[in-house]
Amino acid sequence: MAPLTHPLSIRIDKKIFPAVGGREQHLVLKGIAFDVEPGSFVVITGPSGCGKSTMLNIIAGLDEDYEGAIDFGVDGHPRVAYVFQTPRLLPWRTVYENIALVVPDGDPRVANIPELLQRVGLSSDAAAYPEMISLGMQRRVALARAFVLEPEFLLMDEPFVSLDDPTAQALRELLVALWSRRPTTVLFVTHDRAESVMLATRILRLSEGSASIAQDVAVPLSVADRSSRAKVLAEQHRIFGDG
Amino acid sequence: MLQAVNAPTQQRFKLGRVGWSLISLLALVALWEIAALIAQSRYLPGPWAVVEVMIREAEAGELWTNIAATLIRVAFSFVIAMFIGSAIGLALGKFKGADLFFDSWLIFFLNLPALVIIVLCYIWFGLTEVAAITAVAVNKIPNVAVTMREGARSLSKDLEEMACVYRFGRWKTLRHVTVPQLAPFFAASARSGLALVWKIVLVVEAFGRSNGVGHQLNIAFQLFDVPMILAYALAFVIVVQIIEMAIVQPLSARANIWRR
Repeated sequence: MAPLTHPLSIRIDKKIFPAVGGREQHLVLKGIAFDVEPGSFVVITGPSGCGKSTMLNIIAGLDEDYEGAIDFGVDGHPRVAYVFQTPRLLPWRTVYENIALVVPDGDPRVANIPELLQRVGLSSDAAAYPEMISLGMQRRVALARAFVLEPEFLLMDEPFVSLDDPTAQALRELLVALWSRRPTTVLFVTHDRAESVMLATRILRLSEGSASIAQDVAVPLSVADRSSRAKVLAEQHRIFGDG
Repeated sequence: MLQAVNAPTQQRFKLGRVGWSLISLLALVALWEIAALIAQSRYLPGPWAVVEVMIREAEAGELWTNIAATLIRVAFSFVIAMFIGSAIGLALGKFKGADLFFDSWLIFFLNLPALVIIVLCYIWFGLTEVAAITAVAVNKIPNVAVTMREGARSLSKDLEEMACVYRFGRWKTLRHVTVPQLAPFFAASARSGLALVWKIVLVVEAFGRSNGVGHQLNIAFQLFDVPMILAYALAFVIVVQIIEMAIVQPLSARANIWRR
């Protein structure tokens, strides 16, 4: 694999939601432009309904109805993985199959699945169906599914919502462990400020209304600092002025 | 100690599903026997008389050839109706414009009496095998189409996006994402459709074929031969039940293994 040298460049001049069912058309995103250095962990945060998820869908190529351009800075198709707000697993396929299905046929990365399952603590649940395991476990399957691809770009849309605190915290630590073992460019959407400080190397805050970037700050914490509650709180206070 | 005492009592009262089915069937036969004894009429024979006719017909080979003829018609019209009905249903579920336009057609065909379709098919295509199978299939197609349209409408956008981001491609998406979502709708229309086909195929045979269970029932009706009618009805019910238990139920159990 060729090393990534070019940054990911995102430019969304204008994104409009058309009028649907009594709701007037409205401007969701405007004048968004930023570059992302390879290997950085960028958290995009902002009030709910400000267009964070829309932005990720545009970057993922799921929404092509916008003005602007996304340049991944790689030749050919970039390898993109997306961890959605809900796990979005195939309920009729086992845990193992759900992970294996994203790997192209005949690709040697299938061999990494057992190790990955062990890392996310699901070795003994490989043959279970998603509806038979807990939401926290389903989210771990979704994480494993994203990481098995060894993606160049990892998009995450509030992947730890609707979990109890300890479970969410354990999953954040798991994500940091997986990411520091195999660094990749991450775009992570959340409205949770503590979560954003704990994970990010850089935070982008979107403004309310038709969102544009209100703040763009680096988070100079080491991996060890991130597991310290005090240091995360201090940093959160510095960036958001609260905490 | 306590367990040792309790175990036999429990066993005696635990009959299970099969046991209960057997008892309830025996009760039905007993009721029939009693009714026949009271009526003492040649129009209400007892169970044994019916079984005798059944054995006689089976030994003569008549029973098997007629049931086979009916089963072949059922198989052909069932497969044709499922195929065409699914295609129509999926197209309507996917394309909104087509759905708006053809919805009234669908309602028209849903409410068209089976008898009208059968009679018209025989008039237009003659008293042929093709007309018979067409008549049965046309009766069932609208039901299948309506169910499959519901299935196509309920396809998950979330999973479609997931398959798109992870580059599943057309074939993988169809096999692992789309078809499993449609399977319950297909199974539902297959089961209700089969029940419908069983019934309509007999009418079609009675009207315009020279073999099959329906034809045989028609002859028995003209002779007021009630034992013959009941013998064929019973044999047919048994065959349908065997197909339900041996094919349809295991298939739907297999398809639902992932459900909680």
